[in-house]
Amino acid sequence: MIKRLFHSRVLQHFFKDPLAIIGVLILFVMLIGAIFAPLIAPQNPYDPRALSLQDSLQPPLWMPGGKAPFLLGTDDQGRDILSTILYGCRTSFTVGFSVVLLAGLIGVTIGLIAAFYGGVLDAVTMRVADTLFSFSTTLMAMLLLGIFKGGGIPLVILAIVIADWVRYARTMRGSTLGVKQEDYVEAARAIGSPNLRIMFRHILPNAIPPILVVAAVDFGAAVMLEATLSFLGVGVPINEPSLGMMIASGKNYIYAGMWWLTIFPGIALIAIVLGVNLLADWLREEINPRLKRG
Amino acid sequence: MGQGDPPHASIVMLTYIIRRIAQSLIVLLAVSMICFVIFQYLGDPVITLAGRYATQEQQEAVRESLGLNRPLYVQYATFLANAARGNFGLSYVSQVPVMKLIFERLPATAEMAATAMFIALLLGISLGVISSLRPRSFSSRAIMSGSLLGISLPTFLVGILLILVFAVVLRVLPPFGRGRVVHIVGTWSTGFLTLDGWRHLILPALTLGMYQLAVLIRLTRGGMLEALQEDYVRTAWAKGLSARLVIFKHALRNVLIPVVTVAGLQMGELIAFSIVTESIFQWPGTGKLLLNAIYETDNPVIVAYVMIAAVIILSINILVDILYGILNPRISYD
Repeated sequence: MIKRLFHSRVLQHFFKDPLAIIGVLILFVMLIGAIFAPLIAPQNPYDPRALSLQDSLQPPLWMPGGKAPFLLGTDDQGRDILSTILYGCRTSFTVGFSVVLLAGLIGVTIGLIAAFYGGVLDAVTMRVADTLFSFSTTLMAMLLLGIFKGGGIPLVILAIVIADWVRYARTMRGSTLGVKQEDYVEAARAIGSPNLRIMFRHILPNAIPPILVVAAVDFGAAVMLEATLSFLGVGVPINEPSLGMMIASGKNYIYAGMWWLTIFPGIALIAIVLGVNLLADWLREEINPRLKRG
Repeated sequence: MGQGDPPHASIVMLTYIIRRIAQSLIVLLAVSMICFVIFQYLGDPVITLAGRYATQEQQEAVRESLGLNRPLYVQYATFLANAARGNFGLSYVSQVPVMKLIFERLPATAEMAATAMFIALLLGISLGVISSLRPRSFSSRAIMSGSLLGISLPTFLVGILLILVFAVVLRVLPPFGRGRVVHIVGTWSTGFLTLDGWRHLILPALTLGMYQLAVLIRLTRGGMLEALQEDYVRTAWAKGLSARLVIFKHALRNVLIPVVTVAGLQMGELIAFSIVTESIFQWPGTGKLLLNAIYETDNPVIVAYVMIAAVIILSINILVDILYGILNPRISYD
């Protein structure tokens, strides 16, 4: 069924949507940069032996005073900004993919089961979900990490997942309730298919398209949230790369006119999130053609 | 309801409200339990208070004075009774009643959040309507691109960019602090009454409002595009009503219901991003207080903040639900 959805017509629509193409291109470039960071980056910014304080706070190469290998300048520790960004993007993508995968798995399963069996189970799960939702993912993750400190990137991922699975569960529940009424589900039930088979073979594939949109939006949100948490000093620990932390430590230098410490990692962060959001916009219209963009 | 006469609408509404309040109280109880556990097991206050090099007797004395030797259920009951009276004890760090700390800083946060919400609602709804009227025009595309950028920009980056442009490059607005405030009553000091206060308020309020603004533009536009296709709007046009009447009275009025509901349900986000904004602009509000408490493991402050935030979020949710019912009589409360 997913195959049918992504049949050639979908690809044709994709190539007619310049914004979607731009989004995918941006993401592709950022992802390649992140994956091959150790090969591309001129410097390993997290190896103390590679750093020299004499190189600290150098402006970008094209500005007066710019120094040879440091294309986008250096920070107060003498770290090459470009290299640090490439390593920071690795963290962003790791967090983004892990959160979407884990929160998606948990949320989809809970939403599917709640909607399929209904009754008290459904009522209780959705009450919990609504409550978590109204407390906001950002606030929940912030408080969780503020209380449980020093767990590194896995803890950041876990905190975001705990706050975040609700989005998937709510969407999955809604779309399962719709699919549950379809004739082919009734037919499967009539020929005596077991519940598990009906859920995962018949309902899941048909209820999944809206989840793809949620996953795309959520990827951007997770990347943004990790950066925000690290910016506040409750996210990734200081000896690990993060775009948010780069921006936080560069913030003090903008008053001295050293804008490159914050602006370049900021652009990288926006590029990832904007790329995903462009893709999500296209996906949303593809799945629900009623929402045609102007 | 099934058989029999349907009960009077106001009775249905009343039972619904009572049930929602009861549910919220259960949620609050759950939150309080989590807070209590945090209090109990995380970040040993004895070491924080007595110091790392305290002797066994000194630590014991602190434990005694905090009541940490009593049985768990007694401690929870005491905690609950105190919390209900708004007594969350003393801050571990500053030794001042936590509620005093929070109430001193609440006005700063409230003024910033209210201004941000006002900007977001006013601009968000108007820009959303404008971009829905001629969806393919240049200005509509510009608004939509702007809103896409708005939801792709993290709040902390918006704040830093605004500081860079208006405080560092143009030097027209101050980059941090709340400016001159005027004392009104009790712990309430306002920045609304001085020019300096307004100048300090602009950048933080814009920062906090930006995301909500982008979301509201998209919601309003989406709703308007659908509403303008509806039969009742077509009928209104066909009757020859003026454009203003059709757009604002017929279409927008129906669109506003979900828009305002969503804005109300974003309360949690507003609180979360007020923490971020206060950290960027050194805004002397509750968010900054919370962050410092987190850095210093000042548990009473964290717990009080969480409880107050929970009460605010839950009350706003109930209020929004009730308003939704009043505005949209088709919704049934069951």
